[in-house]
Amino acid sequence: MTDTWVVATIVAVVAGVVGFFVVLRGSAFVADALPTGAFAGAAGASLIGVSTLVGLGAFALLGALGIGWLGRRSRHDVAVALALVAMLGLGALFLSFSVEYAPEIYSLLFGEVLGISVNEVAPVAVLGAACIAAVLVTYRPLMLSSVMPELGEVRGVRAHRIEMCFLVVLALATSMALPVVGALLIFSLMIGPPAAARSVTDRPLLAMGLSVVLAVVTVWAAIAASYETNWPVGFFVGAIGAACYAAGRGWAALRRTQTPQPGPLASARARRVSA
Amino acid sequence: MNRVLTAIVEPGFFGSAPVHVALLAGGVAAVVSGVVGTFMVMRGQSYAGHALADISVTGGSGSFLIGISPLWGFAGTSVAAAGIMDLIGVRRPRGRDLATGIVRGAGLGLGALFLYWDTTHTSTTGATVTILFGSMFTIDSSVIPVVAAFGLAAVGIVAALYRPLLLSSASSDLAVVRGVRVRTTGALCLVAIALAVSLSALTIGAVLSTALLVGPAATALRLTARPALVMLWSALTGLAATWLGILLAFDSYYWPPERQGWPVSFFVVALVLIFYLLAQACPAGRAGKPGRGVGRCSPRS
Repeated sequence: MTDTWVVATIVAVVAGVVGFFVVLRGSAFVADALPTGAFAGAAGASLIGVSTLVGLGAFALLGALGIGWLGRRSRHDVAVALALVAMLGLGALFLSFSVEYAPEIYSLLFGEVLGISVNEVAPVAVLGAACIAAVLVTYRPLMLSSVMPELGEVRGVRAHRIEMCFLVVLALATSMALPVVGALLIFSLMIGPPAAARSVTDRPLLAMGLSVVLAVVTVWAAIAASYETNWPVGFFVGAIGAACYAAGRGWAALRRTQTPQPGPLASARARRVSA
Repeated sequence: MNRVLTAIVEPGFFGSAPVHVALLAGGVAAVVSGVVGTFMVMRGQSYAGHALADISVTGGSGSFLIGISPLWGFAGTSVAAAGIMDLIGVRRPRGRDLATGIVRGAGLGLGALFLYWDTTHTSTTGATVTILFGSMFTIDSSVIPVVAAFGLAAVGIVAALYRPLLLSSASSDLAVVRGVRVRTTGALCLVAIALAVSLSALTIGAVLSTALLVGPAATALRLTARPALVMLWSALTGLAATWLGILLAFDSYYWPPERQGWPVSFFVVALVLIFYLLAQACPAGRAGKPGRGVGRCSPRS
């Protein structure tokens, strides 16, 4: 149980940080597609008998590269959708071959509290540190290309390269979070808290910090509730994520009635709309 | 000749009742998804379609709980979710994605709970895989009329709104000037997408139904620029993928591993992707596509 808490906390911190950029860049679909598709990797890994984490990582990276590759030659949302169904189609095939029973598939899809073993703590910690480090290293260009792509181009930020870096980080974060929260609901963890944080403040570091805090609280509450009721973790993560978002929108609506104070992100948002 | 035919079409293919039902339901689902999917892709709503598909898991698993055909559940939840998305959805593409994602997360969370109850309280252990990845050969023949009705409804909406939809997909501002009620049009389009999603979810599974909606439409948009032709090609591509998929799945019973057919959904998705990549490779019709560039328009300098 302690291992679950440790792993879940790491996962939540990473999801909070990475999710902040997901929301900022508006790449919700990619953040949704990568985990769902990576699920096929887990099914494949159990088929050939390697560690789930390896399968997840391989498929998440493959998916990220595939989206990057397809995205160059076609509409972005179409590329994401096709990469996603390609992976899921393989997943359906793997599942039909594997001898896994339904509960195991189910816990991969929707998360399980006790799905974490001791020897998964170290890899998750390393992957988590790698994700955070990658975000920190690319922080300025990532921020610039997310908020003001035009200015980024002028300053020499290569949008495509940054996009690929971001996709890889997303893939890593995905593959470590998947066994805890489940393939279909990591995404709620990644956009619920950051979206709420964005509505509350326009200062990037503050928003990121808030998003991490909210994500950690979400995961802890979800795991505790799941442990109590024996219901799937994913249900609670989805519900709390939506509640975060609703609270954020409520807060923003409340503040809009008072005097608006546009920060740097708000003006960027305004530019986006006009562009 | 006969021997070649037998090698391609395993004996018993045309005589089997489940195959008839699968061909019929799959065909309707593919055609409807192809037609509706064209608008979905042109409007850049692939994500909305995918989210509706995910949410329909909730309805599918709920219907297993109360013991009705999953089709009702798929259609009920995805239409309801379409309404919620329209209600909270921001018209801006970015905010829209976020709102879509939140609705999807909450809906799917509920789906997780229902599936959990399915597997623990009732004895439908196969429910998870059936709902998520479909099982075309186990469709109950009694739902065929419902499939047809939903299909007609979805195609009817698109046909009735053909011109305003096209206009508002190409340019929302222009549509407003011309007096199109963009909001209503968008909402009805979302309902049509939801119906198409529920049909595809029944055949190739909830999480894979995106393939039939996006794939054929994206393929067709590569081949031609005229909207009516795009729809026709899209429907045909989807139909070809579905029927070939059914045929291959039927044949795969004799492939390794022995006596264990490959899933239909896998073949359908694989064929959709192959068609798309083939269309990508052919250079014709690249220029002047409607809606092209909507998704990746460069920021105004």
